[in-house]
Amino acid sequence: MASAETPAAPAPDTAAADPIMNVKGLVKHFPLRSGVVIKRQVGAVQAVDGVDLQVRPGETIGVVGESGCGKSTLAKLLIGLETPTAGSISLTGREMVGASGGKLKAMRRDVQMIFQDPYTSLNPRMTVGDIIAEPLEIHPDAVPKAQRTERVRELMSLVGLSPEHIDRYAHQFSGGQRQRIGIARGLALNPKLLICDEPVSALDVSVQAQVINLLQDLQNRLGISLIFIAHDLSVVRHISHRVAVMYLGRIVELGDKEQVYNNPQHPYTKALLSAVPNPDPAMRGKGNQIVLEGDPPSPANPPSGCRFRTRCWKAQAKCAEVDPGLELTSSGARAACHFPGDTPSQPEVAA
Amino acid sequence: MSEPDNVAALEKVEGAPGTPSSAVPEVGRSRTLGGDAWETLRGSWVFWGSLILIGVLVVMAIWPGLFTSVDPRACDAARSRQEPSGAAWFGYDVQGCDVYARTMYGARASMMVGGLSTLMALLLGAGMGIYAGFYGGWIDILLSRVTDIFIGIPILLGSIIILSSIPTPPDSDFLNVLKVSLAIAVLAWPSTARVARSAVIQVKQADFVAASRALGASRGWMIRKHILPNAAAPVIVITTISLGGYIGAEATLSFLGIGLQPPVVSWGIAINDAAAYIRNTPHMLFFPAIFLSLTVLAFIALGDVVREALDPKAM
Repeated sequence: MASAETPAAPAPDTAAADPIMNVKGLVKHFPLRSGVVIKRQVGAVQAVDGVDLQVRPGETIGVVGESGCGKSTLAKLLIGLETPTAGSISLTGREMVGASGGKLKAMRRDVQMIFQDPYTSLNPRMTVGDIIAEPLEIHPDAVPKAQRTERVRELMSLVGLSPEHIDRYAHQFSGGQRQRIGIARGLALNPKLLICDEPVSALDVSVQAQVINLLQDLQNRLGISLIFIAHDLSVVRHISHRVAVMYLGRIVELGDKEQVYNNPQHPYTKALLSAVPNPDPAMRGKGNQIVLEGDPPSPANPPSGCRFRTRCWKAQAKCAEVDPGLELTSSGARAACHFPGDTPSQPEVAA
Repeated sequence: MSEPDNVAALEKVEGAPGTPSSAVPEVGRSRTLGGDAWETLRGSWVFWGSLILIGVLVVMAIWPGLFTSVDPRACDAARSRQEPSGAAWFGYDVQGCDVYARTMYGARASMMVGGLSTLMALLLGAGMGIYAGFYGGWIDILLSRVTDIFIGIPILLGSIIILSSIPTPPDSDFLNVLKVSLAIAVLAWPSTARVARSAVIQVKQADFVAASRALGASRGWMIRKHILPNAAAPVIVITTISLGGYIGAEATLSFLGIGLQPPVVSWGIAINDAAAYIRNTPHMLFFPAIFLSLTVLAFIALGDVVREALDPKAM
């Protein structure tokens, strides 16, 4: 498991640099239709609902949240596999939403993705060499034809695969090695941003650390930015510079890793962190674990006001009326809560 | 951690669920479609048996002269319905033609109808299926409904209607064969289209297609590089199995008198001619029927073993 011994790469000087990717008010609603012949829209699953995010050069943003909170949809939006309902994604100053044809294709070079499942993300009928060379063939101007094989070998050694295995098929590799192949494919075009959608969730624990360290190592060497989506909090803590906590399609807390982990401001972040198992047996069961009641509300019919209020122990009448925005809190992180941190709220009202 | 040696050592520790037995990878074993199938097929006697049989029939269809020196159209009414003998192994038919020679020459018509109708059904069916499956949306709805309409027409009834409404070209054997093939293909493509569509839809959802799309690949590239190689297996299987069925359909139509017409030499026609005399001289019916059954059986058996070899669950 990723331990805290090897710290994440030192956070780059973030204030000075222009963001690689600037996401504003990103919304993705999946329409719900009903009707036999003529389908009418009866509602929408609000998978992602108003996400603002800035990715700076060379930094890693960890995105955490429970299943169904919109993490993977966010990743697909950022890479252009889904079309957003509203909002804008600007990639080094170029607008990605609404772009098409050659313009979009050129932009795709700068953002690549590592998929969750290394078994379905590699074509079983292609050799490793063909898989890694695919980006180079789709973008023929990236590397001259004569140097492509050399580039593929270089990428293979970069991710820790033996270049001799260039003619093997993906099924001849283990899960961890397959994920390395996926990483090599993602790096082939020298992207500025790599989106990792739960890249280690499908891997054995003993291999998770290898892949995470590889990603970190590559970031140090190549200076790429990472968006690292995971539900494993310790993994995110290990690799990220900044952490975004998502709940029901929105970012509820966003801040530096230390700020979020050491002094969580949003009640949901608090509950999430308290659920991390304690390695000390003596402490087991004695921790102040916060158990949230009920299931997360349906994203097709989210609660009014604050989306977390139905499960929040601090909820007030105000929470049902006013939707809190991401505001700067005392810890330095930004949180979407009317009563962030230890701010007391009147205990008698519960939503 | 990024040294290959360490990775190799760690490989043995791995035991993640779903990890294939790749800890000891065989170097260079192919994962192409053919390579996959070959591993299973080469040990199967059904495969070799049906392949040899089909090989013999194909040679028979191309060079029937290799098997007999007798002209199938040299008939003498004086020899009508003579039993098998040293001079004519399979005997003589009603017209006094050599049954052996006519059976050898009859392979060509059957194989051609089988091959042509399969080819046409494959092109039309796979094309429609891939188009519908890949593009989805209203194109899929439209093409699927068209497929449903065609699948609702019984193949025998449909081809009887088609064949009886198109006049037989008088003096071209090939046009005669083409007409029958077309009638079969027009009614047979929907099953290929359905199989192709579902295979494409299944592959389309794989992450490697999404990865290709995220790279900015064109639709043509995705279909060529990812969809076709991974969706081909079920289409190959249904094509092989149905080839036998089409040969049987040709014989059925010819037997009913609306398929191939004399002077074309075909098993179906021979069976039709012989049917009236089955009590007295069954040899006239027996030999072409045996060859017809063997051919249909060979293709169905081949399709069956190929299906087993390409079964994704066994991969």
